Amino acid sequence: MQKYSLNFVMVLSAVVLLLMAQQGYIGNYIQAVIMYVGINIIMSTSLNLVNGNMGEFTCGHAAFMCMGAYVSSILSVLFFGKTLGDPMLPASMAIMVFPVIVLLGGVVAALTSVLVAVPAFKTRDDYLAIITIAVNYMVISAIENMDFVGGSRGFQGMKDTVWAMQGTLKAPWMLFWVITFTVFTIWVIRRFITSTYGKGVNAVCQDETAAEIMSVNTNKIKLVNFMISAGLAGCAGGLFAHIVGYVNPQSFNILKSTEAMVMVYLGGMGSLSGAVLSAIVFTGLLEVLRSQALMDFLLAPATFIFPDWEPSAGVIKWVMIPLLLVLIMQFRPEGIMGNKELSDVFPKLKKYYTFK
Amino acid sequence: MDFIIQNILNALQWGSFYALIALGYTLVYGVLRLINFAHGDIFMVGAYIAFFVAGFLLGPMVGLSPLVTFLLAVPLTMFLTACVGVTLERVAYRPLRRKGAHRLYVVITALMCGLILEYSNLAVLGASRLKFPELVEKTIWNLGGVTITNLKVIVIVAAVAVFIFLNFIVTKTKIGMAMRGISYDKFAIPLMGIPIDAIIVFTFVLGSAFAGLAGLLFAMSYPVLEPFMGMIIGWKAFIAAVVGGIGDIRGAFYGGFLLGFIEVGVVTVFPSTYRDLFAFTILLVILWMKPTGLFGMPQSTKI
Repeated sequence: MQKYSLNFVMVLSAVVLLLMAQQGYIGNYIQAVIMYVGINIIMSTSLNLVNGNMGEFTCGHAAFMCMGAYVSSILSVLFFGKTLGDPMLPASMAIMVFPVIVLLGGVVAALTSVLVAVPAFKTRDDYLAIITIAVNYMVISAIENMDFVGGSRGFQGMKDTVWAMQGTLKAPWMLFWVITFTVFTIWVIRRFITSTYGKGVNAVCQDETAAEIMSVNTNKIKLVNFMISAGLAGCAGGLFAHIVGYVNPQSFNILKSTEAMVMVYLGGMGSLSGAVLSAIVFTGLLEVLRSQALMDFLLAPATFIFPDWEPSAGVIKWVMIPLLLVLIMQFRPEGIMGNKELSDVFPKLKKYYTFK
Repeated sequence: MDFIIQNILNALQWGSFYALIALGYTLVYGVLRLINFAHGDIFMVGAYIAFFVAGFLLGPMVGLSPLVTFLLAVPLTMFLTACVGVTLERVAYRPLRRKGAHRLYVVITALMCGLILEYSNLAVLGASRLKFPELVEKTIWNLGGVTITNLKVIVIVAAVAVFIFLNFIVTKTKIGMAMRGISYDKFAIPLMGIPIDAIIVFTFVLGSAFAGLAGLLFAMSYPVLEPFMGMIIGWKAFIAAVVGGIGDIRGAFYGGFLLGFIEVGVVTVFPSTYRDLFAFTILLVILWMKPTGLFGMPQSTKI
């Protein structure tokens, strides 16, 4: 009972969500928000592997998302789209092939992360931060110079795959895949971190020299950890590309990396449930602050003094979110959870579920 | 031959901006071991401050001639930008330092402060770009096919002068000795009767003032201002500082010029869209070869 309760609740909630989407109880907007929540959960938990559990400081996570998005988009358009010539596969196969496409994007992103992981063998925090930023710029710049994927104009045509899936069976397919990949991500990360092998990640975080002496192969641990993290981010990128139906290298720039970092530090370093919670909270905040009416209400005193100043919600949003994070760093620097899991904060929960 | 000399001059000008900003990064890092990610945006704020100062001095209220405006705008811009930098240190970094917070939290705060500066600028002044007024009469000297503008000379001379000045301060004065002492051992320095906070504020004043100077010169060279102008150039200057070996004045100076030469060199040979790609790739290779930068000292850890 205790062993399977969490899985049961997860599956039940996923099924309820999908059924509601199928029957039309939740509109397209809410569905989109749920999908973004899922993608942000993948991004924040995967970055948490490196920034929280391993204690390295990387700030170029969007580069891997970009790789995954582009690779999966190109494959998807090759197989089912019409922009790069005729579709190679029949539309009925879309349901089977789509997860493979997304995973392949993740694999390529993981291979890209070797660029970061190999220098990380020797370098420390600040220098590693630079290397990750440099890789982020390099990936964006490289893709902008490739003309066959549209360069800086962006690339589209991934919606054909989604429509192919819809044509086979009318269902909220993207929602289904996002939920599946989110659960898969959390499961992979949890299994990896709590395994004997994955304990090495935490050992590297605590004291690298001591870990090396205690026969942890730190280089290998770093490599594996970076690759898992980047691969999951690549999957998130693939899903993102198929939800939006359009990718542009500039949508994966430093700002996107900053968003992922904000989520990690909001949730608490090294806390998986914290990363999940903060992704939900952060995405919710982004959506709530999008409303112009709320902004006007919040800024009423300022606009009363300066009547000709018309702030737009999209801009003020990006003043408020960093401000929130600065305040968090001042008054609760450990984030929402702070290196604890949900069951550590509420010990009574341990009676009801175990999560390994 | 003329072509090469021309490009070398362009690279010197472009590298001067990187060097000026990288010097600020390095100063703060050398003293505090803190990557001040908001520095690029302080440079942007400096450019905007220069715009408003110049507009005010040229405007109907005061009505000075452009050259006098330039001479007055330099110290005023430096002073006001230094105020912004010190405010940032007071409001955001100092409380964290007092609490003894983890270094990472300070870095995150710095990143976020940069974002706040960018977007509050965008919210207050709008997205329309501003045109910087021409302060110095443009004179062009033709030396056998090589064109030199007086602005280029001003920028390069300013960068070299700032480098010499900072080098003098850090190596020859008492306050510079205190700076080096703080970076060497933060706990023993207060015991010697050195006011740590004053030294740190002085560091921020220096770094921000030169970022303001860089902003003014940049706005004069490329007279279009936008809220995100500090972002890319800030990151790149930071990378230049790291390649030189962060925390080392010489390293920042040479790293800035190296990056300028790489970028201008790439643009002369390849299409200009390849600039970022080549610049960052070469920097990655340099960091692979020498993980602590060109002039950086490897830090040994005691076991």
